[in-house]
Amino acid sequence: MTEQELREAVIAALTQVAPDIDPAAIDPTIGLAEQLDIDSMDFLNVVVAIHERTGIEVPERDYPKLSTLDQAVGYLAAAQTQHAPS
Amino acid sequence: MPSLGADMDSGTLLEWFVKPGDEVKRGDIVALVDTSKAEIEVEIFEDGVIDELIVAPGTRVPVGAVLATVGTAGAPPAPAAATPPAPAAATPTAPAPPAPPAPPTAAPPAIAVDGHRVRVSPLARRVAQQLGVDLAAVTGTGFEGAITRADIEHAVAVASPPAPPVPAAPEVAHRQEAMRQAIAVLMARSKREIPHYYLELQIDMSRPLEWLREENLRRPVTKRLLPAALLLSAVAHAVVEMPEMNGFWVDDAFHPGGRVHLGVATSLRSGGLIAPALHDADRMSLEELMAGTQDLVQRARAGRLRSSEMSDPTITVTNLGDRGVDLVHGVIYPPQVALVGFGAVRERPWAVNGLLGVRPVVTATLAADHRASDGHAGGRFLAIIERKLNTPEEL
Repeated sequence: MTEQELREAVIAALTQVAPDIDPAAIDPTIGLAEQLDIDSMDFLNVVVAIHERTGIEVPERDYPKLSTLDQAVGYLAAAQTQHAPS
Repeated sequence: MPSLGADMDSGTLLEWFVKPGDEVKRGDIVALVDTSKAEIEVEIFEDGVIDELIVAPGTRVPVGAVLATVGTAGAPPAPAAATPPAPAAATPTAPAPPAPPAPPTAAPPAIAVDGHRVRVSPLARRVAQQLGVDLAAVTGTGFEGAITRADIEHAVAVASPPAPPVPAAPEVAHRQEAMRQAIAVLMARSKREIPHYYLELQIDMSRPLEWLREENLRRPVTKRLLPAALLLSAVAHAVVEMPEMNGFWVDDAFHPGGRVHLGVATSLRSGGLIAPALHDADRMSLEELMAGTQDLVQRARAGRLRSSEMSDPTITVTNLGDRGVDLVHGVIYPPQVALVGFGAVRERPWAVNGLLGVRPVVTATLAADHRASDGHAGGRFLAIIERKLNTPEEL
């Protein structure tokens, strides 16, 4: 997936969990949890949704690397080059 | 119309999912009802055949009103013509939830005020006396115009009675306001009636979190567990050993809840709060509890809860750790008698056997009804929760 596709996948995962958020209003450099009022249950659902959309399974220890939109896209881009999703 | 929580006086029937002649089984979802808090899927509480739908969609009716009649299973449905259904064959079924006993709003005795008859519930009359409200000046919105406690409180709130009629099905814009109002009434009642006592205990979470970390390494992303699942499970199991924390205070007496239906306090994205029940949480594996909580929270936030989930939690858990607070002194959800709160898990200096280390620590709090239990029992309850957390493999 291109970086743009990954970005769209993350945003789709976020709006799936929090349907009321405006994707255009997300600041890609600010923490998602605080910005979008996402709690740990929501975040786990976002990780699951990202997995469904990209095939990338984020291990729990890497959750902090997904704290902003930019970081999440960067992390997923790196992850898919390391081992292509099945 | 079932009581979907102690704060509910009436509800609007939005939609029927069944029609006359349909066979229904206990637990089937038969209708969608709008309370001031959310849209709730109403389950039926007996097997049978739908006889007649009495309340039309869009109608607001008080708690206790008959929504539909159901013929007993096996028996042919009563004729649906102009003749009223035979009482023997058709049991009126406002799917009556078994618990908790809501404040009495139905079947109020008629009393005379200023020459005309006014229906008022005993509870409402007591409240009116306490607050010095003239019942003749209050407009009742309960069953057959009965004055309910909410009417009295509303009359006081607007200062100049009579109260305006309750608005019909609140629109989305009004829902937040309605929910705020519902929470206000319920929480004011809690603080007015329940003599809370509060205890707190700091719990070393290193063992349970280490266990969870190893457990999650083995699990695919869809099966991972959150620390919240451990906390909820620990409370559910602790309650089994301390049944006096699990149940309701009604009519000056404690009524044990029997089964453990854990109310999971869930904040809604649009604002407000709802605490639906996770049924039989003490009998769930951690996996089931995690999946059940995820499902419950998602449906709560999507406004798709079921009637039994709204009406019958036996104890509530609130977890504000995600919001970064250290501890929460909860307000009990009446008529329950206890609420367990958890703050954030934080690294703290921790002394054990004369040595100082750094441990992940959570502060567990208990708000309990002093009418139903004492601090000694509350202290034991928190200690049991700690013990349960320290044997996560048994949760």
